[in-house]
Amino acid sequence: MLEIRDLHAGIDGNEILKGINLTIKKGEVHAIMGPNGSGKSTLAKVLAGHPAYEVTAGEVLYEGRNLLDLPPDERAREGVFMAFQYPIEVPGVSNAQFLRLAYNEKQKHLGKDELDPLEFKDLLKERAKIVEMDASFMSRSVNEGFSGGEKKRNEILQMAVLEPKLAILDETDSGLDIDALRIVAGGVNQLQNAENAIIVVTHYQRLLNYIVPDYVHVLASGRIAREGGKELALELEEKGYDWIKTTDNKDGGVALAG
Amino acid sequence: MVTELVKPENNYQSDFRALQQNHPSVAWVELLRSGAMDRFELLGFPSVNEEEWKYTNLASLVKADFRPVRDDRIPEVDRNEIRRNGYPETADAEIVLINGFLSTHLSSIKALESIVVLDLSSAIRDERYEKIVREYLGRYADYHDNGLTALNTAFINSGVFVLIPKDVKLGVPFQITYLSEPGSTNSVSFPRVLVVAEENSSATVIESYRSIGEGRYLTNAVIEIVLKEGARLEHYRLQRESRGAFHVATTSADLGPMSSYDATSITMGAQLSRHDIRVVMDHEGAECWVDGLYVVGSDQHTDTHSVIDHKKPHCVSHQLYKGILDGKARAVFNGKVFVRPGAQKTDAMQTNKNLLLSNEARVDTKPQLEIFADDVKCAHGAAVGQIDQDELFYLETRGLNPELARNLLTYGFAEEVVAKIKVDTLRSQIDEAVLGHLNARLEV
Repeated sequence: MLEIRDLHAGIDGNEILKGINLTIKKGEVHAIMGPNGSGKSTLAKVLAGHPAYEVTAGEVLYEGRNLLDLPPDERAREGVFMAFQYPIEVPGVSNAQFLRLAYNEKQKHLGKDELDPLEFKDLLKERAKIVEMDASFMSRSVNEGFSGGEKKRNEILQMAVLEPKLAILDETDSGLDIDALRIVAGGVNQLQNAENAIIVVTHYQRLLNYIVPDYVHVLASGRIAREGGKELALELEEKGYDWIKTTDNKDGGVALAG
Repeated sequence: MVTELVKPENNYQSDFRALQQNHPSVAWVELLRSGAMDRFELLGFPSVNEEEWKYTNLASLVKADFRPVRDDRIPEVDRNEIRRNGYPETADAEIVLINGFLSTHLSSIKALESIVVLDLSSAIRDERYEKIVREYLGRYADYHDNGLTALNTAFINSGVFVLIPKDVKLGVPFQITYLSEPGSTNSVSFPRVLVVAEENSSATVIESYRSIGEGRYLTNAVIEIVLKEGARLEHYRLQRESRGAFHVATTSADLGPMSSYDATSITMGAQLSRHDIRVVMDHEGAECWVDGLYVVGSDQHTDTHSVIDHKKPHCVSHQLYKGILDGKARAVFNGKVFVRPGAQKTDAMQTNKNLLLSNEARVDTKPQLEIFADDVKCAHGAAVGQIDQDELFYLETRGLNPELARNLLTYGFAEEVVAKIKVDTLRSQIDEAVLGHLNARLEV
């Protein structure tokens, strides 16, 4: 589904990603971990198409197409979704209005039927159960005045409505208490299936107790420093990120010490 | 032969004499009119040299030589055409003026039996209301400093007098529709309205300015509002004149003890518009909202000057004006809040926010607080900005194309003002109009 080859990217002339290679197949859950500043959020934003980030080398193939050629909105309509670490407030626009607009834009793009407000209301009601959100959230402005946990749940609600093929969850666990974490993770698990793929970007292992990854990739200084199964996350939790010390070897790759 | 250089405003002198001849009024009105005319002669039209008119140049208005519309030239208008643009809520509560003259034929006031609605010129001669009209007409819309208000006052003739009697709670909103039919010549109309809400009454009024046909014209309107003790008035003002229009207007409200005045002004039309709104709180316990939204594009120019005057203690004022500008449009917001000596426990909040959709649009905003009391709670602020890139990106990652995302954010920006409109069809109309102005299609 997704193939990242030697991806280099940065912001304001500073290179942050220094050659990422990653292959993700449908049905898989991948965790991207790493200390602050390792580039994991940058990777999420580059995949979503954030205009501030510049790709300087490498390529990203999404279902065989060059993802980097597509503007962010087209990526979204093609099934790429990013749950924001800091979801944006959109005053004056209700959640229901916004979600229906987004849903219908995608339906239109895929040549499917659009839903009128009443039909959409039914769909929304059903999807909202996934993240245990009640109807009052639908008439409120998008994220405005939402608590941290509500914002994250709202992100997963958007995911539930848009049913992406590739969902990138950028630090979705940050700022969540244990109950909210359970709800958010439970929502993601309900949405995970054999046809989609999920990338969980997180600093902590905690979230991975709930969303169990098939693969764990650890980023350090803009490169994947270590890869493994879910047990790698536990090992990291135990030993901390200092355990992974990176040194550049002569091939430009990364060798691990410790 | 002697040619004389005449000042452009002298054209109004002959029209004024014609008014005196054809529409003589009672002595005190004659006095008021001539006093105002003298004042206009002295003041002339405001110029950019005056601080209050620094950013709004009326030169083209002055040059255009607008002539007052005479009442024998009132065009035929189809009533259905008017109702088509009306609100279901005001179906039997609509007062229609054409070029400033009240049209009983086009008005429908069946639902307004509990209040008094009269042509101003009749109310002046009506022994039941003469006293109250005399007391308030021209009292709050001060014409001594403003040539435009002076000119309107000089041409007081037809117009509307509304009296909401003591304790009457009007269940339906009433509408005052100002239609301009510019005809073939450059015409000016002088709509004049006096609304008096007596003790503990409550009502909602929608003022709607629009035009039939294109053409250059000037609307110079004055509305005076008097709220007695405990009276409540919700006031919507919708200015959607044609792009050939110049629109200048004054709203003056005097707030009685414990009264409440909630004003929302929506400005979308006219080539050039200027609205002066003055709310005087000279009694304790009054509260007002003086809000507005201007949405302008191409080469439109709009100017709002607002004065909220806290003269007595324990009054509360809220002000939120928002502006959306596209093209080469220009907007001016000047909002003064005075807290006079002794007006303790005043609570005043003032905000002006502007969204620029193009690099060529321009806003001059000047919120001003002048406080002469020490135990008050006051805050003000102004902002001018463009669409936030993070917000835009967020919407794009949900599949909205950049144009749709921009429109949605712009719509959302306006909603803070639009959402407070309590008349449902009016609110949806503004929603649609905002989107229409943005050339956006968005079901809401």
